[in-house]
Amino acid sequence: MSEKTHPLRKYMRPQVKKTTFCPGCGAGIITQALLRAIDELGLTMDDFVFVSGIGCSAWIPSPLFNADTLHTTHGRPIAFASGVKMGLPDKHVIVVSGDGDLSAIGGNHLIHAARRNIDMTVILVNNGIYGMTGGQTAPTTPHGLITITSPYGNAEHEFDISSLVTAAGASYVARWTAYHPRQMTKSIKKGIEKKGFAMIEAITQCPVQFGRVSKQGSAVNMMKNYKENGIRIEKAARMDASELLVKIVEGEFVDCDKPELISSSAAALQGPTGGSN
Amino acid sequence: MGEARQINTGTHFMMGNQACAEGVIAAGCGFAAGYPITPASEVFNALAKQLPKAGGTLLQTEDEISAVCAAIGASWAGLKSFTVTSGPGISLMQENIGLAVATETPLVIVDVQRLGPSTGVPSVGMAGDMVQVARGSHGDYQIIAICPESPQEMFDMTVQAFNLAEEYRVPVFVMAEGFVGHMRERVVIPDESQIKLVHRKITQGGEPLTRRDFLDPEVAPMPVFGRGLKTHVTSSCHDEYGMRNLSDPDVMHRYIMTPIEKILGKRDRIVEVEADHEGAKLVLVSYGVVSRSSRQAAAMARAAGLKVGTLRLKTAWPFPDKEVRAAAESADFILVLENNTGQMYPYIKAESAHACKIDFLGPQVLGQIHDPQYILAKIREIMK
Repeated sequence: MSEKTHPLRKYMRPQVKKTTFCPGCGAGIITQALLRAIDELGLTMDDFVFVSGIGCSAWIPSPLFNADTLHTTHGRPIAFASGVKMGLPDKHVIVVSGDGDLSAIGGNHLIHAARRNIDMTVILVNNGIYGMTGGQTAPTTPHGLITITSPYGNAEHEFDISSLVTAAGASYVARWTAYHPRQMTKSIKKGIEKKGFAMIEAITQCPVQFGRVSKQGSAVNMMKNYKENGIRIEKAARMDASELLVKIVEGEFVDCDKPELISSSAAALQGPTGGSN
Repeated sequence: MGEARQINTGTHFMMGNQACAEGVIAAGCGFAAGYPITPASEVFNALAKQLPKAGGTLLQTEDEISAVCAAIGASWAGLKSFTVTSGPGISLMQENIGLAVATETPLVIVDVQRLGPSTGVPSVGMAGDMVQVARGSHGDYQIIAICPESPQEMFDMTVQAFNLAEEYRVPVFVMAEGFVGHMRERVVIPDESQIKLVHRKITQGGEPLTRRDFLDPEVAPMPVFGRGLKTHVTSSCHDEYGMRNLSDPDVMHRYIMTPIEKILGKRDRIVEVEADHEGAKLVLVSYGVVSRSSRQAAAMARAAGLKVGTLRLKTAWPFPDKEVRAAAESADFILVLENNTGQMYPYIKAESAHACKIDFLGPQVLGQIHDPQYILAKIREIMK
């Protein structure tokens, strides 16, 4: 009997035989969406450098991907990736990390990279909670939810990260849940091809931590929620805020073309002020 | 992207921070990141104008955390990388200085030190970061730090710092102070052919995760990105192949010890001092700009018939233990001069107290350079 191999296995390090993800975790869906995007674009892993921070989803590229991978400190992958991209402007630089990593401790780097419009693609895996450390409240945790660090209910309000990054100046921003992997793949492809800062916010289930505290339970139930409450941004625009409370707004938040940081810097050096001393 | 070299060969009357920027360019730096901070800003200001024209790139970041991270990222992209700051910026960079040590990343950090703690006095120099650059990130590790005493050495030691970083795959600090950063003096920048440069060894092929990319006391070649090497870099505990390992105690031991041994094993090649204490009864030990006062005080004492010598620590880390011990064992008294409350004093004392008497002398007023007359008065008091 011939051994069957997953068609995306060729993008993974041969030495790696397992993942660190819990049963039911959405990281596998995100991993496939990203690798499928690379595959469909006809690119190879040598066209990329992957950078990640700290958290469950940071372990998607490191150690899984058979590519140059840089696994860094908590919150800082975009800062590292900026230096990598400036040193290797011809490579695609992709950051994969979580909502805590990129929007809490690393939030400043996220908005400034978007503002600069540096050419990179950020896959922000948003599970609404700190999974790796045991279910603490994140900036993405819904208001009122009881977690380990909000035992009386979360008094804070959650970030709308896609709107935040859109406002900060990104060239491409899209949000999809793990129930919509085809749309997510398409957006990742657009993000990679976009000459500028692109972010794909991947809403994903963490049944072990978020599912438990939200009483949504299993991964299947959480996926059902994504199916029932996921709503396209175009449709959401015609709805009241009260109607949107339980909805997850999905789709493209921005898709535009504007001068990118590195090419703008190079052009400025050749320009009227750059030519003189 | 080629190496940036556009060297201002010649004799200049130049500010120390400008001389540092000239050194960055002469060393072939390809990437600089920074955030404005007094009294270091002139270095990055100069690079903003000069580095892009010399073929390098530059990023003004949102904070010093981002600056050091971007510099580390660019170093992995294969460029000689640089950042410059002062004490508050070093405090912010500390976590990722540890990352640079753990991932064995060549990196130059110039610290134009200022008076602290906290926001302190931005424009007044003080050697306030001597210990924090060596011990400020969590865990155990070893970096290299060198101490310029003049604008000339701001140039020379910046080039030297790049060479050390490239040779040993380690962060190297140039421990300037506000005084030397803002001092204007004669600076001679040699012809390009006279400036010796070291370039990191780069991995040439081989299968990823079977290559020994890390934890070699003889310094492993660096598997830089963008060459199809499929390099695995993590700041978490890893083995020689770069693979994360959070369970094997032997790997944990090697993860900490080998990068330390890599530097300490070569300390005789790294450590530099200026020793001028043959036959001296009293040796003045100092580093940085204070060494200028120290030499002057020693000359005045000798003119008065007192047997006074000097030992200048050009290298602060790895600590020049043997050199301090040799001075202590040949003299009756060591007097340590520092522009702080005695940051290096405990380390000097540990190598001296068995052999001679030792005392510390800070400046009359913290944040001011020792007056040679004031040092001489102390010498006379000790030697009377």
